[in-house]
Amino acid sequence: MLPVLEVKGVSKKFSIRHESGYLSLRDRVTDLFKPAPSSREDFWALRDVSFDVQPGESIGIIGKNGAGKSTLLKILSKITPPTQGRIIGRGRIASLLEVGTGFHPELTGRENIFLNGSILGMKRHEITARFDAIVDFAGTERFLDTPLKHYSSGMQLRLAFAVAAFLEPEILVIDEVLAVGDAEFQKKCIGKMEDVSRSGRTILFVSHNMAAIQNLCTKSILLQRGELKAIGPSADIVTQYLTSLDSQILDTSGYIQVHPEESNKPIRAIEVLCDGRRSATAYMGCELEIRIYFKALEVLTNPVLGIIIKDLQSTPLIGVNNRHYTGNFETAPLNNGFISMKIPYLTLFEGMYHVDVHLGNEFKDIEVLQDCFQFTVEPIPFSSSGQLPLKSINRMFIKDIKWILNSSDHVE
Amino acid sequence: MQELHTFEIKPKKAFAFNFKELVDYSELLYFFAWRDIKVKYKQTVLGFLWAVLQPLLLMLIFTFFIGRAMQVSSDGMDYAVFAYSGLVLWLVFSSGVTNAANSMVTNAAIIKKIYFPRLIIPVSAVVVALFDFIMAFVIFIVILLIFATPINLSLIYWWPLALLLTIVGTVGPGCLLAALNIKYRDFRYVVPFLIQALLFLTPVIYPVSSINQVWLRYVVALNPMYAAISVFRLPLSTVAPDWTLLVISLSSGVLFFIIGLAYFRRTENYFADIA
Repeated sequence: MLPVLEVKGVSKKFSIRHESGYLSLRDRVTDLFKPAPSSREDFWALRDVSFDVQPGESIGIIGKNGAGKSTLLKILSKITPPTQGRIIGRGRIASLLEVGTGFHPELTGRENIFLNGSILGMKRHEITARFDAIVDFAGTERFLDTPLKHYSSGMQLRLAFAVAAFLEPEILVIDEVLAVGDAEFQKKCIGKMEDVSRSGRTILFVSHNMAAIQNLCTKSILLQRGELKAIGPSADIVTQYLTSLDSQILDTSGYIQVHPEESNKPIRAIEVLCDGRRSATAYMGCELEIRIYFKALEVLTNPVLGIIIKDLQSTPLIGVNNRHYTGNFETAPLNNGFISMKIPYLTLFEGMYHVDVHLGNEFKDIEVLQDCFQFTVEPIPFSSSGQLPLKSINRMFIKDIKWILNSSDHVE
Repeated sequence: MQELHTFEIKPKKAFAFNFKELVDYSELLYFFAWRDIKVKYKQTVLGFLWAVLQPLLLMLIFTFFIGRAMQVSSDGMDYAVFAYSGLVLWLVFSSGVTNAANSMVTNAAIIKKIYFPRLIIPVSAVVVALFDFIMAFVIFIVILLIFATPINLSLIYWWPLALLLTIVGTVGPGCLLAALNIKYRDFRYVVPFLIQALLFLTPVIYPVSSINQVWLRYVVALNPMYAAISVFRLPLSTVAPDWTLLVISLSSGVLFFIIGLAYFRRTENYFADIA
């Protein structure tokens, strides 16, 4: 059988102009008198990417931010043409780079279903035929004739996903739409996507959620700086991706240089301390400190540090920020210094963990570093028994559980 | 097994025009126009009345200040009828071109997330303007009856033709400006000025016969709307049309139409990258 999708040597070049974003006529006019063209730089977002997708296969697309994932999706969705190469597809293709594209707040739920469905490529009779099912899936029948602006954001999202869920193309291209919504909603989305892939249709799926990728996609491709680094079974590619993360940024000493002194991004360095000593290896039950050195252009009136610790499947285990823990320090206006999180005793089980760092001011993120470093938690025998609870049935570790044995009778 | 739908994605040729695709997406054109009409009238208190009030009020102003006060001639009809007949098409052009010019920027969020032939967006903006025309046209008939204007019914076929000329004359500049606007944001400021200036360069509120210098008449005829408006007035007018001027205006309209579509087509592939 012929492949569903043949991607042959696809490259995409962007010309970056250095001085301003939009072109203005003035630039064009002044350019006429300049001897040399203004500073343009070619940037290859994708370079010679080739792969085939066989019928019934679903492909995960993995890579760091800026690796070219979104560009590849945009080319597959025909939003932007490739500079070189071509793609041959066999079957109808639909893409979902966002849920609720074209939703208009002034229109009612009913009207938005038709508008959005049509934008996604459904014919009017198809929308009419699936209308009841869409409304049912979204669970918003009571508000069908209410303008969308009166919907809660959760309701808007459910309605948007419901419309998308009833697209029935042979090839479905999906960007991280699952990154939004609550856990229950995400489960519903994943469930729907599993249905799609089980019915023998093809999904191309970009995500940072490694668990979802392994769940949905038999095969994955890894992009690195616009090039196809690897293709193979998802489990292998996920592992390769996660180890490549570590080799790039992690310094085993527990100190990571982030932006150089002259940069206008605030985070300078990250330091990890275990029981007060700099180290990328912690142990179960130790005191863990993550310290962020920053130098911001503006004064942070109310500095906020958010830390998310995730396991190798990218499942978040701990996600905290200092706004939830008042009384630790007086938030003071500062543009230079360090902000630190100290966990008095680490309840993580042995294993490897990835960390996202969010540095913010009040309610605004100033800089977000995803998967910016990784640390290991080593086991320590913590009792005289010299044994640990089984790793396979533990994710968390509590050092001081009390066990009581008593011989007295049971009294009502 | 159902028919296999194959497609190919490759670097785009600048001038290939996929007409079949446009037909495939005609339903989306309808939905975009429907959305804009709905939203437009949902947000206003007077709703559909606006479509009628605008030409009516302008007609009153022009009738009193230009027609009465300045005694401008009007090709043998009542000045009010003359002004309204021009304004009704002029407003299609002015709101059509303005909407179309802004349409790509307003819909940038959609353009960046989903593919469809981009031409749908400026064209649907023009369709919205045509919808207003229908309202205003009903009032036009009422005005003709009030003023008991004699209508030469054997020439009435010029009306649909005038509308066609208006559409051609609006879509061309509309698409051109839409493409330019997304590339050079300066056009946001250029368009309102251009529309305003053109009103005085188009025989909407004065007849071309009132221009004494012949060369100036040729300048006025370069405007695509000249032909549309003159032709629209033919069943009402007692003055014979100047065919040379009409042909100039018609050619200019067709030329703008081709240039507009070609330039739009040439830049549309990269809209998502620069929007």
